[in-house]
Amino acid sequence: MVRDDLGLTGTKEGCGEGECGACSVLLGGRLVNSCIVPVGSVEGLTVDTIEAVRETPTGQSLVQRFAEEGAVQCGFCIPGMIMAGYALIREKGGQTDAEIREGISGNLCRCTGYDRIVAATRAAFRDEDRRRG
Amino acid sequence: MVKWYRPGTLDEALEIRARETVIPIAGATDLYVRYRRRSGLAPEFSAPLLAVGHLTELQGYSDENGELRIGAGVPYADILSDGRTPVLLAAAVRELAAPALRNVATLGGNICNASPAADAACPLYALDARCELRSASRARTLPIAEFITGPGRTQIEPDELLTAIIIPPGPGRVTAAIDDDATTRVLYRKVGTRRANALSKLAIAAWASLSGGGVESVGVAIGAVAPTVVRSREVEADFVGSLESLREKTDAILAAYGRLVAPIDDQRSTAEYRREVALNLVKQFIEQSLLA
Amino acid sequence: MSHTISAPVERLDAREKSRGEARYLADLHFPGVRKCRFLRSPAARGTVRVLQAPALPEGYAFVCAADIPTGGRNSVQMITSDWRVFADGDVRFLGEPLGLLVGPHAGVLEELAKAFTIEIDEVEPAFTEEDGLACVGGPSFGTDNLFADHTIVKGSPEDAFESARLVVTDTFRTGVQEHVYMEPQSLVVLEEGGRLTIYISTQCPFYVREGVSSAVGRPVSEVVVKQTVTGGGFGGKEHYPDTLAAALSVAVLAVGGPIEFVMERGEDMLFSAKRHPSTVRYRAALDENNRVVALDADLTINAGAYQSGSGVVLQRAMFSAAGVYDIPNVRIRGRAVCTNTVPNDAFRGFGAPQALFAAEGLMTHIARRIGVDEVDFRRSHLVTRGSITVTNGTIREEVILPRIIDHVLDASDYRGKDAACKWGGGRGIGLSIFKHGSAFTGSGERDIIKAEIRLRKHADGRPEIIASTVEIGQGALTTLRKIVATELDIPVADVLYHDADTSRVPDSGPTCASRSVAVVGYLIEQAARRLKSRMNEPGEIEVVQRYEHPPELVWDQETYQGDAYPSYSWGANVVEVEVDRYTHEVRVVGVWTAYDVGRAIDSIVVQGQIEGGASQGLGYATLEKMELKDGRYQQVSMADYMIPTSLDFPAIESKLFDNPYPYGPSGAKGAGEVVFDGLAPALASAVEKAIGGPVHELPVTPERIAELLRGRRETDDSIRPEWIRAVDKG
Repeated sequence: MVRDDLGLTGTKEGCGEGECGACSVLLGGRLVNSCIVPVGSVEGLTVDTIEAVRETPTGQSLVQRFAEEGAVQCGFCIPGMIMAGYALIREKGGQTDAEIREGISGNLCRCTGYDRIVAATRAAFRDEDRRRG
Repeated sequence: MVKWYRPGTLDEALEIRARETVIPIAGATDLYVRYRRRSGLAPEFSAPLLAVGHLTELQGYSDENGELRIGAGVPYADILSDGRTPVLLAAAVRELAAPALRNVATLGGNICNASPAADAACPLYALDARCELRSASRARTLPIAEFITGPGRTQIEPDELLTAIIIPPGPGRVTAAIDDDATTRVLYRKVGTRRANALSKLAIAAWASLSGGGVESVGVAIGAVAPTVVRSREVEADFVGSLESLREKTDAILAAYGRLVAPIDDQRSTAEYRREVALNLVKQFIEQSLLA
Repeated sequence: MSHTISAPVERLDAREKSRGEARYLADLHFPGVRKCRFLRSPAARGTVRVLQAPALPEGYAFVCAADIPTGGRNSVQMITSDWRVFADGDVRFLGEPLGLLVGPHAGVLEELAKAFTIEIDEVEPAFTEEDGLACVGGPSFGTDNLFADHTIVKGSPEDAFESARLVVTDTFRTGVQEHVYMEPQSLVVLEEGGRLTIYISTQCPFYVREGVSSAVGRPVSEVVVKQTVTGGGFGGKEHYPDTLAAALSVAVLAVGGPIEFVMERGEDMLFSAKRHPSTVRYRAALDENNRVVALDADLTINAGAYQSGSGVVLQRAMFSAAGVYDIPNVRIRGRAVCTNTVPNDAFRGFGAPQALFAAEGLMTHIARRIGVDEVDFRRSHLVTRGSITVTNGTIREEVILPRIIDHVLDASDYRGKDAACKWGGGRGIGLSIFKHGSAFTGSGERDIIKAEIRLRKHADGRPEIIASTVEIGQGALTTLRKIVATELDIPVADVLYHDADTSRVPDSGPTCASRSVAVVGYLIEQAARRLKSRMNEPGEIEVVQRYEHPPELVWDQETYQGDAYPSYSWGANVVEVEVDRYTHEVRVVGVWTAYDVGRAIDSIVVQGQIEGGASQGLGYATLEKMELKDGRYQQVSMADYMIPTSLDFPAIESKLFDNPYPYGPSGAKGAGEVVFDGLAPALASAVEKAIGGPVHELPVTPERIAELLRGRRETDDSIRPEWIRAVDKG
């Protein structure tokens, strides 16, 4: 739906069964795997995809930190990772590496081993703290 | 084309349920995977879907007369963040799937699927949870052990909906992490295929109430080692008594559980491993939670 | 890293990928595109008696072997040419394509696929190496099922075994590994301007071109391959995409295009090529000074139903079977066995991980058997500059392994932790030492690949790299541009480099084998040097650079004698584990790594390789289990085949040692594979200490550990069993 009917191809499909997280979007502000969310249950809720999140200050800082920290390799999982990082930052506000790892544990990456992604997300958290003063 | 009903109230939902064959659906995380076809194709269901997760009556989380009532449509993430959630259930939910799944998947859905490996079922067995069922004409509650009759099978009637899970008061329903002096000891362990976002090979949820240097009462539930979660009041009675006697009875208790578990080989693990580790986890509960 | 080139720059593809703007194949739209679906064999082996298509609606077509155009042939040209586009007459593995259904709607294709009548007279299939060697059901290939059977000899192993004091035997096995690139196999084929054009997620555009060209019988000039942004490869998009492209190309020529195929994850996991399972059987001879004086290795790999790249995978496995050890007398026999499984092919490491797991296990086991310190024992056998390799070549570079080993031992507090570990006490720490040859084996670069690149200065002054090396996530787009930028002293972003298109780039070889920086990068560096003095000239200038084999290297491809690789990357890993005494789950507590990759072109890119390689290597070692049942893999979804999550392994400690290589750009050697090789052996050694018993097989799952411990209880072995058979000879 998101990809084929709305043409929002930033959201990827890696498995089609809710296991890999490449299709992560925010539904009513909460992180979900869009590939297994029935369209019928979206009624009345906002859906935020990477196309929206990348334009927000938090999204921009995630994109920047992912680039700086070398968190992006093949990139296929990364829009989903950014969504997961965005959800984490929105929900909490100061995070340990363990909490970041937990927050992205449903987003599979085969290239990076996650360390750079954790570092980038941690840096984006610090940006957020600075923004909030 | 998927046909949907999205009723505004529980009564409307029950009316539809009474009228025709439908598939009740909440988070749909399991259902959509089970019915999925190739990418780009909508799932094909055997009957119209009845969305129920959003219904107010299925959304509540309350503590009345000492009974916790968790609406069947409450997503796991909310159960996890609620301070009233018993530590055994919280531990199971925390290790269940991953954040995105927990934001939509529900306790009610997990129970109605009646998978032997359903992670949330195990602590609910240990806590003597009951399932609240409603139809247009009646309401009833059933202990979870009676509600679930086999893999994928429950006692739910075609006109009924699971509306809530009720956890009665009891020594196992503690909500905080347990320190060494506490009178209740709990153990939840899931043996998954990896450390996160994993399905269970098997799991244990167990509690014991201690007093006067001995075990007063105990609840032990073992998941994914038999067609339904294994719990035995008979064997649990053997735990009761002094710690010294428990030490002596340990082998007999393990042997008794050994007769109750009947695991299978599948793509995640082997029957042999499941059997051995199920007993090891009971042993861990005795050795580390009770005797240590 | 002190050298300036190693200082990290921001990856040039990072932002657009993060923002979801990078266009992978499935993100592209081709007007009028039709879908397709493979019709696959339900049997692993047999003769097709009936293949009856249902009546097809308007706009739908079924394409099979009979549709291969005149002049084409029903095989995909790879290193060999045995992999058929479509099964014809017989089937050789479960899932082998019988044909391709094409049409506008995926749902209709599904229904049509179910309506086929397929009847196969089944023949008993061979699934394991043992089955294949025993020619179960009769040979599928030749008279003995051996796609390749080679023996290499160094020194006089027979004499050495004769005079040995002690002979030990030991056996190691490894399992299948699935690549699980996050972007599944995807491609679109159409005719554009009279040429067959293939948009595809691939590591090797020219391989695709060659495979398609041979199958459809058109000259390579009439086939154009355009690589699209590729979401991971790891070897899985080296040759396998050729088979898909050939099938779709046959269909486009028969019924028209464009036709798109984006593989379902489940289908991809079931039927795409995988890492070869292997068995290594060793005999080792020790003299009175506890030195290994001879080694005899019998190595087999399960190639699956088609040979594809197995012969070359086998060579690398053979050449790695003595690890990093200087053993004077060696005999290694390697066989690639034909079976009736999905064909196995390239996967990061390319045979070396299997052999290095075995070699490290052997050396560790021998040390424990004779009661000497396993680290000292291995260190005392290390190769050095001038050592003769198992192919009687020479190690020409300075071997800085002692420094690398010292570093990981210190960084991990190996000695302190090892001393504190009780044998079988639930904790363990293990060391692995290893090397990985950069680039193609033997004279492959000189005789087969013959890489060529062009560097063009545009009229506006900006240089463009024109090469077929592709970005698959490893950072090639950035590192290769950085080489040019460094040489010309300009910003990295000013260097142009586009996704490969075979109609406008020369063949600089495939993107694999740790060769992109080491070989192609060197050509680019040389070209940039030649261009530098001409940068001020007006207009467009192009410099062409072709591969030249380092003159001192010697190789005989018939006998496998000489310098198997121009250079090696080296490494040592330490892995610390805890094994749960109740569940036998392995928890990795710490991972320390150190490498000599010459000189890193970009320290963060290499760090990304190290961390990602470690995660994949640890997954291979512990989590990633794929079992075959009646010819069908059982773990074929992301819910059942376990690749590591962010919570499975701890952060990876890493260090790079600078050791510039004269024929590498700025001194760089390969870095993509060596970072995978060492994790499994280090983890296995750690687990052995934690459980107090031997590990002979990967992956080391809790189920396997439970079996090992059960076996030990049942045979009432002492705490320290003798797990290698040894014969004392006086």
